[in-house]
Amino acid sequence: MGRTLLQKVWDAHRVRRLTTGQTQLFIGLHLVHEVTSPPAFSALDARGWAVRFPHRTFATVDHIAPTRDTSRPFADTLAEAMMAALERNCRRFGIPLWDLSDERQGIVHVIGPELGLTQPGMTIACGDSHTSTHGAFGAIAFGIGTSQIRDVLASQCLAIDPLKVRRIEVMGTLQPGVYAKDVILAIIERLGVKGGVGFAYEYAGDCIARLSMDERMTICNMSIEGGARVGYVNPDETTFAYLQDRPFAPAGTAFDRAKTWWAGMASDPDACYDDRVQLDASSLEPIVTWGINPGQSVGVSGRLPDPRQLAEADRSAVVEALEFMCFEPGQPIAGTPIDVAFIGSCTNGRMSDLREAARIVRGHRVARGVTALVVPGSQAVGRAAEREGLHEVFLDAGFEWRGAGCSMCLGINPDKLVGRQISASSSNRNFRGRQGSPTGRTLLMSPAMVAAAAIAGAVIDVRPLVTSRRERQA
Amino acid sequence: MTAPQSSVITRVEGRALPLRGDDIDTDRIMPARFLRAVSFEGLERHVFEDDRASWPRARGRHPFDDASYAGASVLVVNRNFGCGSSREHAPQGLLRWGIRACVGESFSEIFFANALAIGLPCVRVSAEAAVEMQTMVEARPETTVQVDLAQGAVRVGDWVTGASMPGPALEAFLAGSWDATGLLLADPADVDAVARRLPYITGF
Repeated sequence: MGRTLLQKVWDAHRVRRLTTGQTQLFIGLHLVHEVTSPPAFSALDARGWAVRFPHRTFATVDHIAPTRDTSRPFADTLAEAMMAALERNCRRFGIPLWDLSDERQGIVHVIGPELGLTQPGMTIACGDSHTSTHGAFGAIAFGIGTSQIRDVLASQCLAIDPLKVRRIEVMGTLQPGVYAKDVILAIIERLGVKGGVGFAYEYAGDCIARLSMDERMTICNMSIEGGARVGYVNPDETTFAYLQDRPFAPAGTAFDRAKTWWAGMASDPDACYDDRVQLDASSLEPIVTWGINPGQSVGVSGRLPDPRQLAEADRSAVVEALEFMCFEPGQPIAGTPIDVAFIGSCTNGRMSDLREAARIVRGHRVARGVTALVVPGSQAVGRAAEREGLHEVFLDAGFEWRGAGCSMCLGINPDKLVGRQISASSSNRNFRGRQGSPTGRTLLMSPAMVAAAAIAGAVIDVRPLVTSRRERQA
Repeated sequence: MTAPQSSVITRVEGRALPLRGDDIDTDRIMPARFLRAVSFEGLERHVFEDDRASWPRARGRHPFDDASYAGASVLVVNRNFGCGSSREHAPQGLLRWGIRACVGESFSEIFFANALAIGLPCVRVSAEAAVEMQTMVEARPETTVQVDLAQGAVRVGDWVTGASMPGPALEAFLAGSWDATGLLLADPADVDAVARRLPYITGF
């Protein structure tokens, strides 16, 4: 009987079975940021522990990073205190820190892959739930809390229960204007926001195989929104080609040896799964969330649910979401006016996202009354976009072009919604208050859909825009 | 990071606080702006802060503002409680507010793991039992609820329902080893041995 990638990685990293029955699992890469780590370092200090593998630990600043004025001290004294704590802790414990003055800085889940730190067959941990992103490379990556950060700092291990594996086979070719974001929103809509609890999601099928690494990262990133702490794609030639020549990837003959090992970590054809699901991607249309969790979504040509037509068990959640969003039962999602357009985040703040959005924006203007911003996921993404002149496309259209960081994905830095504003957002969560205003409202969609909404001032179907561009180019 | 050492937790007994709703996310439990700090101190003041401020009058007081639940130590919730962000600030805030156990239909995986790591047991009961408990506590807030980890049961007076938790987590509470760092540091040579056989550590 074959093994899944999860089982192979588990077997390779298992230290022992703890007395509680949990597995002591070795963590090959630990990524640290400013928000969730300070009390963990304090705990090490209090107990007199060192960081066990400082050379397998890397830190950056992303959540609190101002995207406009990055001069120190930060205007926000609390953010400044967090930044200072991270600097102090990294110095004291010998951990490399890529701060705002370093060209490698960016969102932790963007820079890990682009620096080649993230590799197939690894175990990865980070104090952030979107650590699942790194699974795009065939790594098993866990989002953890502060006490578990302490565990990993001190021991380079986690105490953890084994996971079941659900294989999600995505078949068919995506229509122009339909993206990886739409695939994962469709998966979450179908399997539910808690459907993945206890599972790792293995994304497979011909549609996934054709996706770029950026697109695979978008999909794995949102595994946690479906309840799955871990999501992954088996490594293949696309993965290896991405890793070649990255700063932390093996080089020369070591790269060839690595490729052999990486390929061997992929799930065997006869591996046994705890569950299997299939999704036809060829019929998908662009998807937009209308509610207060990422499972509450609808195709752009669709209408919001009407609680009166739902089973009693499903009614209250829909009523609650419609009330918060101030939407009418059964209203079409297209045409919903927006106040803010946000392109960025660890879900969709990479180069291919910016290229796709710029393609839609080129030659158009942001609608009157809409605040639109583009926030590259890392300084490297920002530089690459500027080399291609994408920043000028955005600026000419009336977008703001910002520095790298988490920005408006969550309300912990200066970029926030105000009052009841509605945001078209390429981020990952539409929870009430998520974008920094307790009453602010979020519509999740692909970066191209956000770009289209920014221009129209309302939710529109991006597909005609994509098609007309292609025809003009041809 | 509350107690320096793991303690044995077999039973939690006290008054309860019913909080109805599925998919209550950690952004609601602890809004992100309160994560701008270098410690967990004072988080109890911000538990459900935005939720409480926007609570519809038609629904009465938010349970965390309702004096009849003051001093409660058992939080009774429904499905997928604690979904979303990995912020430990959410269970830390609840623990510091005075919650010592959660009872619900289900919990998100990261929330459950964070709660385990700080000695806050989350036990699962059936969907119906969770709602029934909430109804009983709403009718009689002074009722004492008993979460019995050792027996796998939750009791409200004469009413009793089965309660469960994954075996290893349960064992960690009963053995007082929910603070895992000590266990993980027990045999460093084993950790080195695993690192030595991983090609990406040794340089392929």
